[in-house]
Amino acid sequence: MSSIEERVKKIVAEQLGVKEDDVQESASFVEDLGADSLDTVELVMALEEEFETEIPDEEAEKITTVKLAIDYIKENLQ
Amino acid sequence: MTDKVALVTGASRGIGKAIALALGNAGVTVVGTATSEAGAQAISETFAGASIKGRGMMLNVASAESVDEVFKAISAEFGAPTILVNNAGITKDNIMLRMKEDEWFDVIDTNLNSLYRVVKASLRGMTKARWGRIVNISSVVGAMGNAGQSNYAAAKAGMDGFTRALAREIGSRGITVNGIAPGFIDTDMTKKLGDDQRDALKGQIPLQRLGEPEEIAGVVAFLVSDAAAYITGETIHVNGGMYMA
Repeated sequence: MSSIEERVKKIVAEQLGVKEDDVQESASFVEDLGADSLDTVELVMALEEEFETEIPDEEAEKITTVKLAIDYIKENLQ
Repeated sequence: MTDKVALVTGASRGIGKAIALALGNAGVTVVGTATSEAGAQAISETFAGASIKGRGMMLNVASAESVDEVFKAISAEFGAPTILVNNAGITKDNIMLRMKEDEWFDVIDTNLNSLYRVVKASLRGMTKARWGRIVNISSVVGAMGNAGQSNYAAAKAGMDGFTRALAREIGSRGITVNGIAPGFIDTDMTKKLGDDQRDALKGQIPLQRLGEPEEIAGVVAFLVSDAAAYITGETIHVNGGMYMA
């Protein structure tokens, strides 16, 4: 089983159509990885599916970087 | 179209019923909604009689909880709908000088605020599928106005603006959003009018008759088909010529 970090990065790469190597933890979805607002919603949907959880809208809006996504999953899925 | 699931609100009679039947006959699985359990049951029976896949469900488009429940039920039973026809609507006519606050708010809530609830609930499934068809049943009154229907006209004109904005927002995901603005169609809603009013109306319609619900349903069937894949953000007027934009 891959680590949470690896799974999150894989999904980000798939959803945003970027190379996994470019998905640094500090990367912002919008500023660094070229996501638009629809992409970020779809990304959260993909994370929800991968980790079988529901991320409330008010939390989802705060997930703007790869690191914040990893942190959210770690905190809420343990 | 046979692998698609459609949700048609307000499907127990009139235009909504004709739309549900037209989509069902095209092979789509249809969930038609009514505001009462008896209405939902009647829809299920109509579908069964016409060998249409799907069934009736009870839905109050003015309630977020009700919308949530229905979407859960549809997804569990048939899969997420990727065709949505927002047809449910009410009228509470009055001249503005006499209009009560509840007449205004009820019409706006059922006809316009319902879009927020139902469309939002459906977008996730359509986005995931990278395919969707939203058809909003508007009214000629939203474009030309009608004395005694300021609430209804406001809601329908609001709906038309919503159609255009949403079409721009989600076009990149293969989802089209269109409207149909019926003129005077022979339904219970227009049966409320007196004979004199109906005759006066016919005088303003080049085709000299009221429309049939099936004449709206046919346009819905077209808009959800592959033939209409390049149409989005448009409101198509179907009114016998009484209003030409």
